[in-house]
Amino acid sequence: MSEGSAEPLLEVRDLSVVFPTDEGPLQAVDNVSFRVEEHEVLGVVGESGSGKTVTQLAILGLLPTRATITGSARFRGRELIGLPDDEMRPIRGNEIAIIFQDALAALNPVHTIGDQIAEAISVHHDTTDREMRERIIELLDLVGIPNPSERADQYPHEYSGGMRQRAMIAMSIANDPALLIADEPTTALDVTLQAQVLEVLERVQDRTNSSIVMITHDLGVVAGIAERVVVMYAGRRVEEAPVDDLFETPSHPYSLGLLASLPRLDQRSHGQRLYRIKGQPPSLVDRPLGCAFHPRCEFATVPDPCATQVPEAREVGPGHFSACHHTDQLVGLTPAQLRERAAT
Amino acid sequence: MSREGPILEIDGLVKDYAIRGGLFRRAVGEVSAVAGVSFLVERGRTFSLVGESGCGKSTTGRCILRLVSPTAGSIRFDGIDVIAASKRDLRRLRRRMQIVYQDPYASLNPRLTVGAIIADPLQVHGLWRDGGKQRVERLLERVGLDPAHINRYPHEFSGGQRQRIGIARALALEPELLILDEPVSALDVSIRAGVVNLLDDLQTELGLTYVFIAHDLSVVRHMSDHVAVMYLGKIVETGDCDSVYDRAAHPYTQALLSAVPVPDPKVERKRRRILLEGDVPSPVNPPSGCRFRTRCWKAQSICAQEEPELVDRGHGHPVACHFAEVAS
Repeated sequence: MSEGSAEPLLEVRDLSVVFPTDEGPLQAVDNVSFRVEEHEVLGVVGESGSGKTVTQLAILGLLPTRATITGSARFRGRELIGLPDDEMRPIRGNEIAIIFQDALAALNPVHTIGDQIAEAISVHHDTTDREMRERIIELLDLVGIPNPSERADQYPHEYSGGMRQRAMIAMSIANDPALLIADEPTTALDVTLQAQVLEVLERVQDRTNSSIVMITHDLGVVAGIAERVVVMYAGRRVEEAPVDDLFETPSHPYSLGLLASLPRLDQRSHGQRLYRIKGQPPSLVDRPLGCAFHPRCEFATVPDPCATQVPEAREVGPGHFSACHHTDQLVGLTPAQLRERAAT
Repeated sequence: MSREGPILEIDGLVKDYAIRGGLFRRAVGEVSAVAGVSFLVERGRTFSLVGESGCGKSTTGRCILRLVSPTAGSIRFDGIDVIAASKRDLRRLRRRMQIVYQDPYASLNPRLTVGAIIADPLQVHGLWRDGGKQRVERLLERVGLDPAHINRYPHEFSGGQRQRIGIARALALEPELLILDEPVSALDVSIRAGVVNLLDDLQTELGLTYVFIAHDLSVVRHMSDHVAVMYLGKIVETGDCDSVYDRAAHPYTQALLSAVPVPDPKVERKRRRILLEGDVPSPVNPPSGCRFRTRCWKAQSICAQEEPELVDRGHGHPVACHFAEVAS
């Protein structure tokens, strides 16, 4: 809902996704709006079940047909929701690409890495064999694979875990996508490999000028790579802010609580209690009425308005939105202060 | 039973696994998951083993409980030789040492009620008869669950609650030592703090000793008194937690710490990441000398010839590196 002057690369408005289940309709995404500008990295943060992945799959037309999708997602002005598959195909993998979490599952074990990248390119473009070979080597080099001309002829099992992830990134960026959706690309990786992959993504973004949507549950990853962040909870966008504002003056009790609860590598906290958000993440089939976070929120006033009305997003600073009835109470409250307040 | 000195003494621990191949699955080689590890754990404290997948930290934890049998070395728990222990002795020992697993979805039997899961260790050890049910209810309450839910099944609980059930089961026999194998890494971020606080409280109240196995270095810093960093089956640096974090002197520890993202964009912009080349080499055929040398920017010829000893080289804690130095 942040209004900029230029047309954004992707504009999502009031997107909702409902799945039918035996226990009744499950609303995985509820009226989510956000935009992705040209050449930016947008972080989308949330826990399991927050709707962060389903939102992206809906945009790419990758959800099963039983899902009911409403709302709009315009990519360079073109509506993607409801687009027939044959019109979506030239966009997906070409103008918008996705990087998955599990590289081994996403790579085909019986084809060489080079052939798999070639396939990703030839689906969308006609190239000569020689151009293709050059492009493959260029891509493998860009993602930091040593000896790319030899490595291109190897199979996924000959690659280590970190290299497979790089190969998958190479495949995703093969057609110079304008938008790269990275769904927890580092979650399954060890921390030194994670650092390598993040560095590759930064380099890719730098060289190709693409935009990246980085879906993650790791606030540290977001702090390092994103320029703007959308925080999701129980299928809704609860906060959106420029990255510095989100970490310094989080304006939704959920973001504030999460930041306050994290132990830090660069700080001594042994022997102290961590700030704890009470309760459990809600079930989407049985989502609390009003603000979905209210049963866990220490600022909530129940029943009115927190347990009766879904809070609208309000602008609390430039480009900083929070969907909370009590944002005024949170102004100026930092995660450190919340921690201290809880300790006393 | 001594009350003085360390509760756990690990000396020269080695665990080899056979590599099987060919038609008859004959052993064709050996791989050392743990390649000579020594450390002491003080009573009532938290000792953390950190490192990346395959470094041997979980195998070390399993050896302590003798869930896997070590190939060589010694493990003494409260002065008792764990490796030499007879079946009967081992049974007695295991009342005093328990484990909490990483995945609360896989480690609880889905067909048993929560009450039955927690009662199981009591029944196995013949402690069920006098007031078993009350004991289970007290345990549930102690880990922050509603005792009225004693007849529910694991699937009726969330991930964080299931992990609490796993902790209650581990506590049923009133152990002195808990091996915590990645107890919070499978949990959602918003519920990790609650489980970490619970573990903290239990340690204070019950005087428990923890061996904490984890790859999340931020949680480790918060939880631990002492830490050992492992790489390819060996400890490369160990000591007082703050000393290791603030004055890391092994290149691998430095790279590992630098790779952890800090949830603060201003700090992140200023931090310098040490990016390691390549991947961890195969433990089947580890590098000669220092095992880290193939990825180390400081490596010289001596590193390939001589394995650096894990000794204090003037950094306040032991470091296994010929060129150990605190980064400026």
